[in-house]
Amino acid sequence: MSSEPKTAAAGHGHDHGHDHGHDHSHDHHDPKWYSPSRWLFSTNHKDIGTLYLIFAMFAGIIGFVFSGFMRAELAEPGLQLFNGTAFGGFFGHEHNYNVITTMHGLIMIFFMVMPALIGGFGNWFVPLMIGAPDMAMPRMNNISFWLLPVSFFLLILSMFVPGPAGANGFGGGWVLYPPLSGTTGHPGLAMDLVIFSLHIAGMSSIMGAINFIVTILNMRAPGMTLHKMPLFAWSMLITAFLLVLSLPVLAGALTMLLTDRNFGSKFFEISGGGDPVMFQHLFWFFGHPEVYIMILPGFGIVSHVISTFSRKPIFGYLAMAYAMVAIGFIGFIVWAHHMYTVGMNVNLKAYFVAATMVIAVPTGVKIFSWIATMWGGSIEFKVPMLWAIGFIFLFTVGGVTGVVLANAGVDHALHDTYYVVAHFHYVLSLGAVFTLFCGWYYWFEKMFGIKYNGFIGGLHFWLMFVGSNLIFFPQHFLGLQGMPRRYVDYAVAFREWHHWSTIGYWIAAAATIVFFIGILEAMVRRRKATASGNPWGEGATTLEWTLSSPPPFHQYNDLPRFK
Amino acid sequence: MRSAAWKYWALGAASLLGGGSAWATPHDGGINFQTPATQTAKNIQAFHHEVLIIIAVITVFVTGLLIWVMLRYNKRANPVPKKFSHNTIIEILWTVVPVLILVWIAKGSFPLLYEQDVMPAEAREEEIVDIKVYGNMWFWDYTYNVGSDQEFNVESRMLKAGAPDPSLELHAERGDIAQLSVNNPMVAPIGKYIRLKISAKDVIHAWAMPQFMLKVDAMPGKLNQLWFKVDEPGVFYGQCSELCGKDHSNMPIELRMVTQPQYAEWQRLYKESPEQARAYLDQVRPKPAQVASAQ
Repeated sequence: MSSEPKTAAAGHGHDHGHDHGHDHSHDHHDPKWYSPSRWLFSTNHKDIGTLYLIFAMFAGIIGFVFSGFMRAELAEPGLQLFNGTAFGGFFGHEHNYNVITTMHGLIMIFFMVMPALIGGFGNWFVPLMIGAPDMAMPRMNNISFWLLPVSFFLLILSMFVPGPAGANGFGGGWVLYPPLSGTTGHPGLAMDLVIFSLHIAGMSSIMGAINFIVTILNMRAPGMTLHKMPLFAWSMLITAFLLVLSLPVLAGALTMLLTDRNFGSKFFEISGGGDPVMFQHLFWFFGHPEVYIMILPGFGIVSHVISTFSRKPIFGYLAMAYAMVAIGFIGFIVWAHHMYTVGMNVNLKAYFVAATMVIAVPTGVKIFSWIATMWGGSIEFKVPMLWAIGFIFLFTVGGVTGVVLANAGVDHALHDTYYVVAHFHYVLSLGAVFTLFCGWYYWFEKMFGIKYNGFIGGLHFWLMFVGSNLIFFPQHFLGLQGMPRRYVDYAVAFREWHHWSTIGYWIAAAATIVFFIGILEAMVRRRKATASGNPWGEGATTLEWTLSSPPPFHQYNDLPRFK
Repeated sequence: MRSAAWKYWALGAASLLGGGSAWATPHDGGINFQTPATQTAKNIQAFHHEVLIIIAVITVFVTGLLIWVMLRYNKRANPVPKKFSHNTIIEILWTVVPVLILVWIAKGSFPLLYEQDVMPAEAREEEIVDIKVYGNMWFWDYTYNVGSDQEFNVESRMLKAGAPDPSLELHAERGDIAQLSVNNPMVAPIGKYIRLKISAKDVIHAWAMPQFMLKVDAMPGKLNQLWFKVDEPGVFYGQCSELCGKDHSNMPIELRMVTQPQYAEWQRLYKESPEQARAYLDQVRPKPAQVASAQ
């Protein structure tokens, strides 16, 4: 933030007596936590945010276990799990490996990262940070959330109904390319369930995004212009615009796929003059902004954490905000760099090379601005800060391999190899997920009113840092050597690095167990939150730290004034 | 397959610095591309290594800055934080310098893209050999002498130890490699411009050849094209690179580059007996050492 925000009404928020004075317009008592109606019918942004976080954790466990199945399968050449006999044939045959990879991707994107970063932290902290009492459309917020479990149920259900002839589930990858996702590859109901699931998840996200846009544009505290708004709110505003602009395109493509499959339309069917490449264009017109949708909220979180623990205002606030705007905009004009091998005209490829490389510039601005924020600061290495610094390093590694992949000539060799897998897991699994944990520890006390255990948090970070690097760094080597993606079995020549990668997974699994132990420990010990509501001291300048921990059920009955 | 790890690192490092490693197939513990087998592939790998050096320097630079601020500006070393939040010069610098680096990368990148995608103008019609490639669930088929009365089609399926069909049995003693070797390899003559016309009959597949740094989707209803020219005989392996269902990992590509007379002889034999043709290919197969020294 360029200037330190001062709130004329600082203290109002955590003034309980004051709050109660206004309670005549609300229930006299906050609903009890065990009351089902509090959660099912919730219109409270903080409760809905908590629901999103719990949901994301639940889905995340499933997605993470699925990746464990993959790494166990790939630990050695040959078939370990998906051979029809292992564990009494539980894992079935090779097709099920494809189902697992597909579900891992879809779950982690739509049901873990997005719900956690956007639904969870977005719902919790956008209103708190901009000084709003709640989201603009609280009931729409409720349905945004409750559509997600429905969507998730359909996705999981798809694994147990017929997909291709003689097997269950959809195993065509999260990109859903026809004809594999059409009646040619998957005639069964599984793919239709996936389509419905994504339609519903898309509706949920679009409604959530509209809610964020309306809230941020209309409900900022008096005096908080857009150019004084905290960067996390900026990141959510841009993310919301990306969602509103890109998801309908996915919905359209999915609908066309659905009618191709069921009602004889030929949008993507060769036999009727359709074109499967068109699906890929539509998909990636959504899919590329989607990767920024996943990382932008993380950018916002990291900015606050770096600034807080360096006890220094964020460096180049406006450049940081507009770098995100630039990334969001460029994100819409680079989609076909995912499709260099479909047989595009070479001039078109050249355009996408150039446009893609441009993204490196605003991203570089962000990386350097974070370091400049730390420069001259007085850095405290609290757990959130560890995650933030780890994120900067990992995102840099993932970012520079993106520059390599942008070059179509090189990408012709690396496309659909493990190099790509390594690249996007560095920016997402080690990027977005690190920011997620960063936000989790940063706001843990604020959300739940109890302190996490610093030792456990630190252990979680270090195990995760070592584990995830060990999973994904060797995959660069595999990709350079030519190991293709989505392979259940591979030549002996790829054994070494797959083996290390699987060892890395077990370390990351230990980290995840430590994460949950940390939550349990905090729940059992119930260490009291810092009384002032601000455990981080003078570096934490945004409005949520003026409230108690946890904040009152309804905050800002008198709007804070922002100068 | 496994020898001392340091050797891989040393060789990998050597090849990063412009040399070529001595393997013609993927090798366990390898950290670099497979040995390039065409001039274009060599050029692209050289370009990649330049970019790799740039990104390594950038990563080391960022990491160095991070370590520096952590050491110099931690709470103990710097108890009182400064309050600055702007520096126009440095902000311009970290915008302009990356732009310049990217322009430099692009300058190397575009010519290579065109070199790789567009068949050289000097290729005369009689130097071009067209081969049609179709992806199927889950095997490749190759059509030779496209458009002539000599046109014939060869199915190429992966070999597997203990395969139910004896003709698909893997023979390690013959040099077959699990997950890479096929019953009827694709065959093409050296010294010619090989022009592949690639399509698919069911779902999308992708024909990939790491040693040529090439890959293109086999797209049903669409004819994609790529070209390559190899000057030394050799055996090259690739794998299907677009998810195509259950046996996606089981439809590799094995390519035998042979001399022009061998190519003709193989065609003659194939029409008599595919088994004989296969035996002939193995008979004229260059030893791996020759492949290596040919680099």
